[in-house]
Amino acid sequence: MLAMVIDDSKAIRLILGKILKDIGFEVVDAANGVEAMERLKEVGKVELALVDWNMPEMNGYEFVCEVRKDETYKDVRLMMVTTETETSQVIKALEAGANEYLMKPFTKEMIQEKLSIMGISVG
Amino acid sequence: MNISESDFQFITKLVKELSAIALEPGKEYLVESRINPLAQKEGFASIEELVKKLRSEPQNGLRNKVVEVMTTNETSFFRDIHPFETLKNFVLPELIEKREKTRELNIWCGASSSGQEPYSFAMLIKENFPQLDSWKIKYIATDISDEMLKRCRDGIYSQLEINRGLPAAMMVKYFERQGTEWRVKEDLRKMVDFRYTNLSENWPYMPPMDLVMVRNVLIYFDVEMKKQILGKIKKLMRPDGYFFLGAAETTLNLDESFERMNYKQSGCYRLRQG
Repeated sequence: MLAMVIDDSKAIRLILGKILKDIGFEVVDAANGVEAMERLKEVGKVELALVDWNMPEMNGYEFVCEVRKDETYKDVRLMMVTTETETSQVIKALEAGANEYLMKPFTKEMIQEKLSIMGISVG
Repeated sequence: MNISESDFQFITKLVKELSAIALEPGKEYLVESRINPLAQKEGFASIEELVKKLRSEPQNGLRNKVVEVMTTNETSFFRDIHPFETLKNFVLPELIEKREKTRELNIWCGASSSGQEPYSFAMLIKENFPQLDSWKIKYIATDISDEMLKRCRDGIYSQLEINRGLPAAMMVKYFERQGTEWRVKEDLRKMVDFRYTNLSENWPYMPPMDLVMVRNVLIYFDVEMKKQILGKIKKLMRPDGYFFLGAAETTLNLDESFERMNYKQSGCYRLRQG
């Protein structure tokens, strides 16, 4: 299973990447939405993408909108992992096609529980 | 910080007296991890100092606080998904069909802790069985801790708690943000009647129950107390009602009146028929 971590913070990419690897994913990452779109085209389908909201060039919300425009990626599970905690932001992300939403700070257990909610079975 | 054997014995005796919960030798780590933060919060330099206070002033309100921290368990929304799936797919549809004439359902959640379980179940009902809006639903949730009951009634959760197990779509539908916390919306809060009950003492009156959830609690009691509690649950249940235990719990060798249902890891039981 292939997952993508999209966050402009290298530290967060490392932490989320390690959690996903521990769970059993292969992981690729990107530092913003533009890079993530390019990476998606390179690797083909990913099963899961964890997406930060605030990033340069293309933010996480715009990335979700872009991905959901393309039928090729309709099965990709998208989860926002962000410091944005306003109810209106959560609703906006879900309406744009995010499958789940997790507010930072997070733990490995929270990630696992959210994956389970999205129907991704974890070890 | 290591707890001394005599302090450990003092705490386990106190907890057993006030809640019947049996903390076996080997649970020193658990006592330490729960009592240490309490000692700091109450201004004691160590667990030893806290126990000294309890020994010198037996009627001090600290006793209840010790019992509360020892009987409160970490939980999350929709903890162990299997019982909720079983309730949604099998148990509630069956009960709704059977109670179609009376349009009444009585439900009891026997250890509500900080409220995630009763509220998860309330959300499950709202999401999947809108027809029950017009039914008379008596939904009682009980706990031994006054502090936890207050938390349940307030229905306020930190961001860390709200992140645990709750689908985001339900979070925005059933909770409202208050600063850095999230509060259960009023219509969901009003569904649940939170009450004090010590499972090891006499239980206050409750109506005959269609559905009983006493999950992840029996494991803390000794065999005799488990048998007593199961006996009382049996009397409380309607003959065709259902009963849920935690996945690691069983009625086996305790009470043969219960029959385990073959629903995947859900800890679902009913009374043996005939």
